[in-house]
Amino acid sequence: MGDIGLLGFGPDGWGLVLFRAGLMTLAVSVAAFLCGLMLGTLVAWGRVAGNGPVRALAEGYTVVLRGVPDILVIYLFYFGGRQVVAAIGTALGFPGPFDISGFVAGMLAIGLISGAGQSEVLRGAYQAVPKGTIEAGRVVGMGRLTLFRRVIAPQAMTTALPGMGNQWQSVIKESALVSVTGLVETMRQVSVAAGTTQEHFLFYAAGAVIYLIITTLSDQLFRLAEKRSLRGHHGAGF
Amino acid sequence: MDLTFLSSMFQSILKGLPLTLNLWVLSLLGGGCLALLLNLMRQSRIGAAVAGSYVFLFRGTPLLIQIFMIYYGLAGFGFIRQSFLWPFLREPYWCGLLALILNDAAYTSEILRGGLRAVPKGAVEAGRVSGMSRVAILRRITLPLAIRQALPAYSNEIISMLKATALVSTITLMDMTGIARAAISETWRAVEILLCAAVIYLAISMLVTRASAWAEARLSPWQFGRTTP
Repeated sequence: MGDIGLLGFGPDGWGLVLFRAGLMTLAVSVAAFLCGLMLGTLVAWGRVAGNGPVRALAEGYTVVLRGVPDILVIYLFYFGGRQVVAAIGTALGFPGPFDISGFVAGMLAIGLISGAGQSEVLRGAYQAVPKGTIEAGRVVGMGRLTLFRRVIAPQAMTTALPGMGNQWQSVIKESALVSVTGLVETMRQVSVAAGTTQEHFLFYAAGAVIYLIITTLSDQLFRLAEKRSLRGHHGAGF
Repeated sequence: MDLTFLSSMFQSILKGLPLTLNLWVLSLLGGGCLALLLNLMRQSRIGAAVAGSYVFLFRGTPLLIQIFMIYYGLAGFGFIRQSFLWPFLREPYWCGLLALILNDAAYTSEILRGGLRAVPKGAVEAGRVSGMSRVAILRRITLPLAIRQALPAYSNEIISMLKATALVSTITLMDMTGIARAAISETWRAVEILLCAAVIYLAISMLVTRASAWAEARLSPWQFGRTTP
């Protein structure tokens, strides 16, 4: 095992750089998760309430994203995005070379992957909302938006929380794949550090610890949120 | 789109299919055995702690970092380079397979644990009363019931592992993704190449979805005693 001082925050240490890379992992994960949330909500809506073609499109999307490796989707956004940007740029007469940001490509790719999973969670949560409560809301004259905001969303959110927690954990781990685009997040930074210092095991272990810290802390947060959301529920035994 | 390019690309990516299938099947078999072992360990308190930390470590970190840790990290230890394992651990194939097995075991052991918890106590007691040995109970009562219970979650894991094999392309292995990646840097026609690869992965995963739906229906209690599903 190499010199543990390499991980410190001193002038020779990689501590600060790794800390920043950890923040980048968080940033790209949060951005991707939010993309996935927007897409997942739309797709779940399409599957629950859409007409034939909309439903088929939404189902096709989940089937495709479930079966294709994540890294191919990231390559598609990174290389494909570059191809598209270059084509548009050349057509508009800008001089090359063209490039797109690894952050944007990664955010969109992982958002697209996560959206498929999130839509399944949200759809399940919507279907678990007791139909009687929706009917009751309708009977008292609530509009569609009010019904969603005051009856459906609060109940569905409680059911969806554990599933959304799992989706978030997946996003964090998938964010490591964005390193193939050259974005300097945790995975990329530990590879660079390992290559520079030739202390491969030490730095990959440090990277693993960073991911463990992020996954463990966010797991605690989701559990807390779950507990809070269950306040006032009958028979919630804790 | 250029059809001749697409079909030639399709053919060259298919050359990586044997390696993808090989890694996929072997990692599921190895991971399944290790997962069973982890669950058997859970019967003692120390074993449960070891199994728990194993699952925590492997589920809390990305597979990519596990692959790199085994491929690049282990080579840094002198005693590993001197050991009989070195001829294996110096090959990217064995490192990739090892990482996939270890990763799959962590996820599968949790799925199996859920299945085991759903086995009714009475069924096990009945086996014991009728004089079955522990191995016989495991083989004839506990495992069949647990596996049926875990089937839907496990079919997701089977597909996840197919997708996970794509990551071995990062340690120079020429599976389908590795070939696609190399072709991209040669031709820069990323979209066409990636679509070809995606179609093949998608076809396999749809086959798995079909097969597992069939197996689930076939193994449901209301199907028992029928000759055709």
